[in-house]
Amino acid sequence: MAAEAISEGRTGSDFWDGVRLSMPVVVASAPFAILFGAIAVDNGFSVLEAFLMSAMIYGGASQMVGIELFGQHVAPWLIVLSIFAVNFRHVLYSAGIGRRIAHWPVLQQAAGYFILTDPQFAIAEARAEAGRPVGFVWYLGLGLPVYVFWVLESGLGAVFGKMIPDTHALGIDFLLPIYFLGLVLGFRKRPLWAPVVAASAVASIIAYRTVGSPWHVSIGALAGVLLAVILPPHHSGVGKRP
Amino acid sequence: MSATFWIILTGAVATHLTRVGGHLVISRFETIHPRVEAGLNAVPAAVLTTLVAPELLHAGPAEWAALIVTVLVSLRGGLMAMFLAGAAVLILARQFVG
Repeated sequence: MAAEAISEGRTGSDFWDGVRLSMPVVVASAPFAILFGAIAVDNGFSVLEAFLMSAMIYGGASQMVGIELFGQHVAPWLIVLSIFAVNFRHVLYSAGIGRRIAHWPVLQQAAGYFILTDPQFAIAEARAEAGRPVGFVWYLGLGLPVYVFWVLESGLGAVFGKMIPDTHALGIDFLLPIYFLGLVLGFRKRPLWAPVVAASAVASIIAYRTVGSPWHVSIGALAGVLLAVILPPHHSGVGKRP
Repeated sequence: MSATFWIILTGAVATHLTRVGGHLVISRFETIHPRVEAGLNAVPAAVLTTLVAPELLHAGPAEWAALIVTVLVSLRGGLMAMFLAGAAVLILARQFVG
């Protein structure tokens, strides 16, 4: 009984641990959820469709691209392909996080992959790196608030979109780069961090200028990952596990 | 069902294929080669960097100020402190330099 109570308490605090870490993500993504809803309705989506897109795709950048192309009456298959291209980076997240959550029951894993976004991956990886277990309850505490707020705020944006004030003065267009920079900096103690960041930065900028968006993300990411693969393993710290 | 609904549905299927696909590929192998593991360890920095770097191309004084403050705060503070400091500098600077 006592042991049960203790383990239940642990589970509860794991959940709230995750919720606490989700708060910056909720704050940073709120303007984009509202903006997405507003733009969606502006481009011909109904409020329900905007809500559904957020609930089912749950990937901000790809939703923005999809809605933009929809407004320009681009062929549906091309819209879907573009959504796929923008989200392609998740293949790498999935391969990375799979090592941490492969021991979960299958349904929990399915839920885990469903809510696998940029911050979800980065924060879970950081926890694994610190030598702490990535449990389902903690992971859900981190992801659930972000999901719920994202979907609700998309709906709010769709209903009240016309009332959004000057987004430039509020800095909304540049909040995500600041947030992502913060996430990148959080990994600076990893082996090879500086060369990987440099390779990805240079490759993504060149690809952005030549191939164009959204492929600069996948190309830049592959450059950084390949560098880590090519360099001799003793540079990358693999093998000297704690 | 409307065309819009089908776009959303197939877009969702495509998205979730990317979210589970990497794991499905990797899990087919019994052991992970050290070089592959090194590559996987590089994923967070490699991907997240590409979401920031191209923004530097059109960054003005307000944006640079925000990014520099974010880096400085990262030396001491956590993610929330970094983000709030960077955002505060950005919004403040934009009132003056647009």
